[in-house]
Amino acid sequence: MTAQLIIFFVLAGLAVIGALSLIFQRHPIHSALSLIVVMVALAGLYLLLGAEFVAAVQIIVYAGAIMVLFVLVIMLLNAGVEERTNFSKLAATAGIPLAVALTAFLAATIAKSGPVTTGVRPGSVASTQGLATMLFREFVYPFELTSFLILVAILGALVLAQREKRS
Amino acid sequence: MVPTHYYLILSAILFGLGVVAFVFKRNVITIFMSIELMLNAVNLAFVAFSQAFGKLDGQVFVLFVIVVAAAEAAVGLGIIILIARNRQSLNVERVNLLKL
Repeated sequence: MTAQLIIFFVLAGLAVIGALSLIFQRHPIHSALSLIVVMVALAGLYLLLGAEFVAAVQIIVYAGAIMVLFVLVIMLLNAGVEERTNFSKLAATAGIPLAVALTAFLAATIAKSGPVTTGVRPGSVASTQGLATMLFREFVYPFELTSFLILVAILGALVLAQREKRS
Repeated sequence: MVPTHYYLILSAILFGLGVVAFVFKRNVITIFMSIELMLNAVNLAFVAFSQAFGKLDGQVFVLFVIVVAAAEAAVGLGIIILIARNRQSLNVERVNLLKL
């Protein structure tokens, strides 16, 4: 067992435990912290895959900006422990077996198809520089469109969250 | 060297856990977080394929997915604040009318 494989299993275990913790924690703030664990573990896996820039963006944008927004909203709304109702028991009895079946089916299909063989020498991708060239050459129009998307999202968030005017 | 299908199986497991969280949780914020978990699982598959095929397209796609997730988080949390203000509850079962 090589060192890379050991690191992979440690990070994969951390991600799965974090995802399970997200499900079983009753308080939203605990779920949010579990999700941060998943994201940091995934950033480690991206480093293992040789995608340094994506790993950095994962930490800065996901674990940093987006999760801070979640934690801010949880605190702003003073969200408490979630309550159980009849419908959530129905979801537990019907939904979880179905979701487990979906996961098992996906994993079994991937495992059955065996290792991905592409004939490409792994690790031959010049990561960040090539990413920049690609992003600003082939994908320049989608890249510019994302700035419009963010602008619209900012406007939408402002319009939604503003207090109603008393007319 | 870690085989690519290990990453894909991990991605499938994380996606399935995201689906479980989506159907199981009753708090609208936690449901929103499980969507982020599913997006992360898909990102892992993208990066794994990018490495396996020696092409960077997958990583560019991951960057776009992250941008869309950030925009979605901003708008979605605005909607959640609106729900909490109008219903005084974050339980999704209290949100059972089309009218907010």
